[in-house]
Amino acid sequence: MAIECLVLGAGQEVGKSCVVVTINGKRIMFDCGMHMGYDDHRRYPDFSLISKSRDFDHSLDCVIITHFHLDHVGALPYFTEVCGYNGPIYMTYPTKALAPLMLEDFRKVLVDRRGEEEQFTSLHISQCMEKVIAVDLKQTVQVDDDLQIRAYYAGHVLGAAMFYAKVGDSAMVYTGDYNMTPDRHLGAAQIDRLELDLLITESTYATTIRDSKYAREREFLKAVHECVAGGGKVLIPTFALGRAQELCILLDDYWERMNLKVPIYFSAGLTIQANMYYKILISWTSQKVKETYATRNAFDFKHVHNFDRSLINAPGPCVLFATPGMISGGFSLEVFKQWAPCEMNLITLPGYCVAGTVGHKLMSGKPTKINLDKDTQIDVRCQIHQLSFSPHTDSKGIMDLTKFLSPRNVILVHGEKPKMVSLKERIQSELRIPCYLPANCDAVHIPSTIYVKAHASNTFIRSCLNPNFRFLKRSKEDNSDQVLRNTNPTAPLQVNDERVAEGILIMEKGKKARVLHQDDLLLMLRQKKHDVQFAYCCAAQLDDLEETRNRDDAVGLSNKCSSLQLLLKELSNYFSGVNIQDLGEHLQVESFQVSVCLKDNCPYRIIDNSQKEAATVYFCCSWSAADEKLAWEIISAMERFNLIDNLPCRNSISSIN
Amino acid sequence: MSLGPTPVCIPLRTSHLICVARTPNPNRLLKSSFGNLGAEDPFTRREFPKPALLWHVLPSSPTACAEDSLPALLPPITCLSKGSGFHFPPCHILDVSGFRILLDCPLDLSALTIFYPVSPSPKMEEGEQTYDFAVNNCLDMRKRQKILKSLICAQPWYKTPNNLHLWDPSSIDLVLISSTMGMLALPFLTQTKGFSAKIYATEATTRLGQLMMEDLVLMHNEFHLFFGSDSGSPQWMSWEELELLSPALRQVALGKDGTEFGGWMPLYRSADVEDCVKKVQTLKYAEEAWYNGTLLIKAFSSGLEIGSCNWTINSPKRNIACISSSKFYSVNAMEFDYHALRGNDLILYSDFSSEGVLTNDEHDNNLSASTTYNPSTPSADNDDRILKECLLHNDESLEEREKLAFICSCVVDSVTAGGSVIITLNQLGIVLQLLEQIPVYLESSAMKVPIYVISSVAAELLAFTNIIPEWLCKERQEKLFSGEPLFSHSELMKGEKLYVFPDVHSPELLTNWQEPCIVFSPHWSLRLGPVVHLLRRWREDENSLLVLEDGLDTDMALLPFKPMAMKVLQCSFLSGTRLQKTQPLLEMLRPKEVLFPEDLREQIKFSGSHSFSVFYYAENETLGVPRSKGSVDLEIASNLATQFSWRKLDHDDVDITRLEGQLFIDHGKHQVLSGNQVSSSSRKKPLLHWGFPDVEKLLAVLSRMGVKGSVERCMSDAESGSDEIVHIHEPSKALIEVSAARTVISARDEQLASLIFEAIGTLTGGI
Repeated sequence: MAIECLVLGAGQEVGKSCVVVTINGKRIMFDCGMHMGYDDHRRYPDFSLISKSRDFDHSLDCVIITHFHLDHVGALPYFTEVCGYNGPIYMTYPTKALAPLMLEDFRKVLVDRRGEEEQFTSLHISQCMEKVIAVDLKQTVQVDDDLQIRAYYAGHVLGAAMFYAKVGDSAMVYTGDYNMTPDRHLGAAQIDRLELDLLITESTYATTIRDSKYAREREFLKAVHECVAGGGKVLIPTFALGRAQELCILLDDYWERMNLKVPIYFSAGLTIQANMYYKILISWTSQKVKETYATRNAFDFKHVHNFDRSLINAPGPCVLFATPGMISGGFSLEVFKQWAPCEMNLITLPGYCVAGTVGHKLMSGKPTKINLDKDTQIDVRCQIHQLSFSPHTDSKGIMDLTKFLSPRNVILVHGEKPKMVSLKERIQSELRIPCYLPANCDAVHIPSTIYVKAHASNTFIRSCLNPNFRFLKRSKEDNSDQVLRNTNPTAPLQVNDERVAEGILIMEKGKKARVLHQDDLLLMLRQKKHDVQFAYCCAAQLDDLEETRNRDDAVGLSNKCSSLQLLLKELSNYFSGVNIQDLGEHLQVESFQVSVCLKDNCPYRIIDNSQKEAATVYFCCSWSAADEKLAWEIISAMERFNLIDNLPCRNSISSIN
Repeated sequence: MSLGPTPVCIPLRTSHLICVARTPNPNRLLKSSFGNLGAEDPFTRREFPKPALLWHVLPSSPTACAEDSLPALLPPITCLSKGSGFHFPPCHILDVSGFRILLDCPLDLSALTIFYPVSPSPKMEEGEQTYDFAVNNCLDMRKRQKILKSLICAQPWYKTPNNLHLWDPSSIDLVLISSTMGMLALPFLTQTKGFSAKIYATEATTRLGQLMMEDLVLMHNEFHLFFGSDSGSPQWMSWEELELLSPALRQVALGKDGTEFGGWMPLYRSADVEDCVKKVQTLKYAEEAWYNGTLLIKAFSSGLEIGSCNWTINSPKRNIACISSSKFYSVNAMEFDYHALRGNDLILYSDFSSEGVLTNDEHDNNLSASTTYNPSTPSADNDDRILKECLLHNDESLEEREKLAFICSCVVDSVTAGGSVIITLNQLGIVLQLLEQIPVYLESSAMKVPIYVISSVAAELLAFTNIIPEWLCKERQEKLFSGEPLFSHSELMKGEKLYVFPDVHSPELLTNWQEPCIVFSPHWSLRLGPVVHLLRRWREDENSLLVLEDGLDTDMALLPFKPMAMKVLQCSFLSGTRLQKTQPLLEMLRPKEVLFPEDLREQIKFSGSHSFSVFYYAENETLGVPRSKGSVDLEIASNLATQFSWRKLDHDDVDITRLEGQLFIDHGKHQVLSGNQVSSSSRKKPLLHWGFPDVEKLLAVLSRMGVKGSVERCMSDAESGSDEIVHIHEPSKALIEVSAARTVISARDEQLASLIFEAIGTLTGGI
């Protein structure tokens, strides 16, 4: 089985986020957004790629919406009401509450102001929202028997979530938009360390690294204050929700502190009603804001009033929040036309504007004139302040999250291609994770994790759980070929445990695989264990300088122990990393045993040593197959004592070793 | 940047070391409860007036819970207390996979009625000389107490679940809190030295529980001011004084069989509450919490109250669901999520709410006749549908609504007659409903009467209820989606129909006070809080009304306020699952085993057709359940599995291979993943042999490999113990000793030795 990731939108671009992922046979659509920059069919994702017969109920298991921005939810009413998808749709409580407001706001802009044919009606929006199942953060939702999803805090806007999806042994995370640094009204993204096959992350700021937000907030407040102090009007084009409330918290707080009386208005599109949602959903905001619920809810703005159209040209300073955010039409454009020609006024621009909007034109360079269409031209003399606090993570945040989750694969979406390419290089070189940047309508195939399942016998589990470590000292040379992942290359001591090898995996036709302990296996086979051992009686010359006086009775009984001690000393010098146990009668290394052999005719003394030297000691060795290699190393070392008995020579050998 | 909990992949051999060390040992139980134990330990501090009392305690002491005394039984479950009603939920201890879990830690606040209430402030009681305690001294009061035939005039102590104090708090690994009421005794535990258990509760329960405990501490402070700080064991607890108590009081103080005296504790302080709440790990509904990488803990809505839950505990061998009192018809709280409890092996059913209902309630009695429920259709799906219908048959909601309507109309009647109303209900859900409905009733009868909520935590509590849509029922959530406040009390406060004051002598209250009025105020035991004061004020007004909750001995509760002309309305609300729904519910959840209260055995006769076995448990008895036979599932990484070298066994279609890799135990899973070591060549050699190599065949195999030798038989040679010896001459000298259980290969040539080893492998079974 594999994971297939089909990108329907936001592939190498920003707008109409929509990714369809198939994991182990389950198909999930993440986000269903619309592109604000297009008016034609390119506005919506190409849903026909999901199912040629347009039978979406059978080809999708669920739809997940990460947050209420239109480029993530804009196409949802169209998909459910016009295309006819009737399956489950999941979003967080705030997204379910706020998405219809955004959709309705947008619909009005399209129909009322731009006079376009409507794509979906108010009824469509409400019918669509009825199909939505609201979820809480970290709530583990069992979509069906196999598919499990879970939302994590993403911090981008109120209710924004990253979604985790798991089918069988495979799992993935789709981040949606997220922010890794806390902000004045929202916390930072938060996720558990998960075992993932795939991470699909946004990459709006794939190459940017940003500093603290507080300095930029101060700049914004200063610009606004200077403008109203000079009697100017401030236009803040925003979307109905999110940025409006964030800036409003800033201004309301500032007004309170500075004791300012200048009115702050919300335009009709952004009713104060919207603040009610924020009040109820205050527990989804930052810790500091959250705590205000008991005394005065931070979203009970004191200085904010509703705006009336007649106030556009009223004298005196004011601050106005108006939709839409990118001055692409609607009320913010209407006010912009009136206020832009006056030098005293100030227009703030959001951090990101889609190409083709007035906002985008204002951002690129310092235009003095803006052509709305071929007949209308606006003189722009007012000041322009660009808000640079965007609630997207910067490249450091993306790298941090990717490193933290360490998925097996990464797919980047929602960004600009050149920047994404450089981020991809970093992920591949620094984190060594394969990374992909599919374009719209491209699909990426990656392998998924599968485990072979087996019943494990209690004996096996118990034997594995009894602590029985082998400590290995490691020299530097050993590290070169180590795989990076699970070991710490600087650790001088490695803990090793091989009891997994005592497990036997058994496959029997028509039965589930079993893992038994090797002792269980004998019981199962009704067989007796047959030991197969190796033995060798090895001759060694213990000609040591200090030992010369004892040479004559070296083989004597009284010296049995001391020759073993000598051997121990020699072996310890040779095999510095090996743990040799001295058990009195014999020495033991793993299964290798060596003891002094006093027999004249030991059957294991294979090589006849006819010219028996007085200084020769015989050592009987035995071992089992597991330690074969080690055993032969020790034996050849022991035999070398026989050949080389002067110190300088031996030292040269050990230095070679 | 802040990211969630980190450590995950520990090769759990190390981690399991911990649990090996923690397996319950038989000495976990406190040795005894004689009064000489450590003074700092609140569970052992009190002095027992007469050791004789202890004999009741000791025979039933939970030593039997030690696992080794129940070798075939797992997990042992002990019901410490079956509690009583909504305010005092049951309390259990269960051992799962070597971890000891405490389920709920409640406080029996109804026991407060044995104490005499003091008045918070004498100021507004000028007319009532009789009860002006500030002038009277305590001796005087004792006289009056005698007249009142009983109540204890002292700073109250609080009654924790019977038997909880007999358990060593440091032996508890995990505490699961299922409702706010199940949390009230938690500070007693958390302040104990050596207590280090992980505590889980839902976010909403924790917040509401904290508010309730803070309120309790503040209300108790009135006693503190009156009696001064208490030191040591109070006088009323001495044996002589206890003997003097009336039988009714004695029963509350000592329990029916005199065993409950050990549960009394002096109240915690607010610092203890704060400290306790900090130790609670809060969860969302259906959030996965892993304890020690072994137990998966999840909370699912029980519908009883905002934030209350049923717990599921998944251990590698058994899945357990603990069903506390759950309501199919929830008031404001999120609906009972019983689907999520499906598919567990074992259900601990601890909903005692229907206990004794039969005798009290005619209506229920009739219904219980139909309790023996018989699934008639064989098809499973159809079965489910019928079960569902039976479960969701909504007779409760209608009845509960009627009760509320009745209360509202009584309230309106009283205020119309010029009397005032005090409502001292304990269930938050009901209070919130009344707060919405009473104004509607008042409006329809054109009455303009203020509603006061007087409690130190009321303002925060009401604000809190308006920001927790995730914990509320569908209807309330709809309000969020349509942009309305979740509860109307904020509007009522703006419209000056509802006022919230912290206490009776707050200046705002004094300036706003109007009578008649409707007051919501704690405490429902009528011993603490503003209600004491207000009752004294209105007790002689026959038009006034007191709305009381069930679960209180009214005679005793109203004793200090007698004579009373005031009307009293005691109402009981459903606080659990109806008896007739219990069996369909269990059928639907399809467990293998059910632990069911012994006390309900008579009331529910499980019909023969059910698919699960039922075990009955009783208070303070340890019950073991047959060990589950399930084996542990091992997951082997597929890339590793493909590298295994398989070996076919001679007989049958069986393939076997030796495992390789590293074993990880995490999140309750056992996984074999490829290790970082390249397997050595010796790995591929069989390490285990069985059978017996025939020497002649061995020679033949060897000669095919170019190895030549001859056989020497030495029957029962005492020295070497070998049966047969093969001497190898070519290519070099070697020796093979073959006996029944052992073969020894002796050669100097490494290659030759492994060649012989290989030859033997072909003649024996090996892996």
